[in-house]
Amino acid sequence: MKIDVGYVAELARLELTDEERAVFQPQLENIVKYVEKISEVDVSGVEPMMHGRALVNAFREDTVRPSMDRDAALANAPARVGEEFLLPKIVEGAES
Amino acid sequence: MELYKLGIKEAQDLIAKGEVTSTDLVKAVADRYRAKNGEIGAYLTFDEEAALKLAAANPTAVPVAIKDLINVAGQPCTCASKILKGYVSPYDATVVRNLKANGFIPCGRVNMDEFAMGSSTENSGLGVTRNPYDLTRVPGGSSGGSAAAVGGDLCLAALGTDTGGSIRQPASFCNCVGVKPSYGRVSRFGVTAFASSLDQVGPMTKTVEDAAILLKALAGHDEMDGTTPDEPVPDYAAELPRATLKGLKVGLPKEYFNVAGLDPEVKRITDAAVAACAAAGAEITEVSLPHTEYAMAVYYIIAPAEASANLARFDGVRYGHRSAAAKDVYSLYVKSRAEGFGPEVKRRIIMGTYVLSSGYYDAYYGRAQKVRTLITRDFDAAFGQVDVLLTPCAPTPAFRLGELQDPLTMYLNDLFTIPSALAGVCAASVPAGFTRAGLPVGVQFIGGAFREATLLKACKAFEDCVGTRDTLHKTEETK
Repeated sequence: MKIDVGYVAELARLELTDEERAVFQPQLENIVKYVEKISEVDVSGVEPMMHGRALVNAFREDTVRPSMDRDAALANAPARVGEEFLLPKIVEGAES
Repeated sequence: MELYKLGIKEAQDLIAKGEVTSTDLVKAVADRYRAKNGEIGAYLTFDEEAALKLAAANPTAVPVAIKDLINVAGQPCTCASKILKGYVSPYDATVVRNLKANGFIPCGRVNMDEFAMGSSTENSGLGVTRNPYDLTRVPGGSSGGSAAAVGGDLCLAALGTDTGGSIRQPASFCNCVGVKPSYGRVSRFGVTAFASSLDQVGPMTKTVEDAAILLKALAGHDEMDGTTPDEPVPDYAAELPRATLKGLKVGLPKEYFNVAGLDPEVKRITDAAVAACAAAGAEITEVSLPHTEYAMAVYYIIAPAEASANLARFDGVRYGHRSAAAKDVYSLYVKSRAEGFGPEVKRRIIMGTYVLSSGYYDAYYGRAQKVRTLITRDFDAAFGQVDVLLTPCAPTPAFRLGELQDPLTMYLNDLFTIPSALAGVCAASVPAGFTRAGLPVGVQFIGGAFREATLLKACKAFEDCVGTRDTLHKTEETK
């Protein structure tokens, strides 16, 4: 199977330069070719392993506790207005 | 006395005798940082003032260097990525809270491969780290800053993280002890996620005893990380005086010994380690882990897949770099990520997105998870026969900066550390000798899941038998 690096990068919300695309394309083709080795293994009847170890559900009491202070949570924001993160407008045609 | 040369136990003993305080230790490490970091580059940042403040409040605490993806309140946490430049942690990771509650303080932030993706620390977006044993060579990775800091005596001990070998391989390159705990043994809350079904935090230290002391401080159930079972944490160090190789069942997985690309000197040192164990009375058995040859392929599907999901959070919205060229939300995402991430991170995000994408999921991710089950069964079967496994740790000693250019060739560094990571068992790298060129080489011991006590005892008995990193190095220097 051939990987289309430009298309997959778009799915991953990554803008690539032409130069990056040219470098990544053969590198990723190589990696994909390498990992296809797993197609040799007979996995019929084998359960998938989702975690490092089999785990049971971990529950805790659903009690209300204080959460992080709003200013602390917003302190790393690239842009903010008051108590909110500031972003370019999302809805087409809406007033910003 | 050169306090920066101390390990944890030595420092604790001096503190108990009233001969040194935490403040003395922090000052000694800070002086050493000023003298040596320019050449080694182990630390990204070193906030002496913050460490001294903690030391003043905890005069019996031992300072520990922190890998730059573990959050310490008020400190930068960049994951060695440009995308997180300027980020300041609003809270302490659980491991940091555990450190503080158990006689340690965080002190300095050490370099790494960006988001822990790499085996040489050359993927750091923020600085170069050099191997303290040869400045033309890499310290390994991704916990290369931690290993260089311990190996070069720029700290007393450090925390690293291991996803596919990121504690063990750099420990081998820099003459340190590095322990990857079993999956679930240590909380990851507050540790920036790379591959969530694999990531573990662990100690990187100067002796096995130090690793045992530090692991005890880190480990245990955390209600903020649902993968940590409520299993008691043994007093690992207390069990070490009884450590012996006599009668210990040591398995040698045959798939790890006849591998193309295994450096002849690494092979020689590993064979000598096996012979030393046998001479000290260990029962050596050959075992088989038949699915070993598929582990790398499984890992390079599962780890990038999980990484691509985990790194979706870096979108320029709530924290991290935001592109100045963004005109709308879509361009804000694609440009912020393009400008912030380095090449290896981009490759892995693309690889991970590909194997999870519609039409490919079953052939790659789904199938890889099934092969992972088979790899885990291999280990379970082996630990039915033996107490620990002994293997090479990294296929080569430290290589030169810039030597490995092809990503796939770089990935092969983790050949011997990946299978145990996939199986979720515990494993450690312990100093074992030096090459003729004077480069340190570690060997790997692997233990069953949650059998850290057995693993550490085997490592300690081995260390007693061949020598600590200091005696190994002195022997090397007098040659």
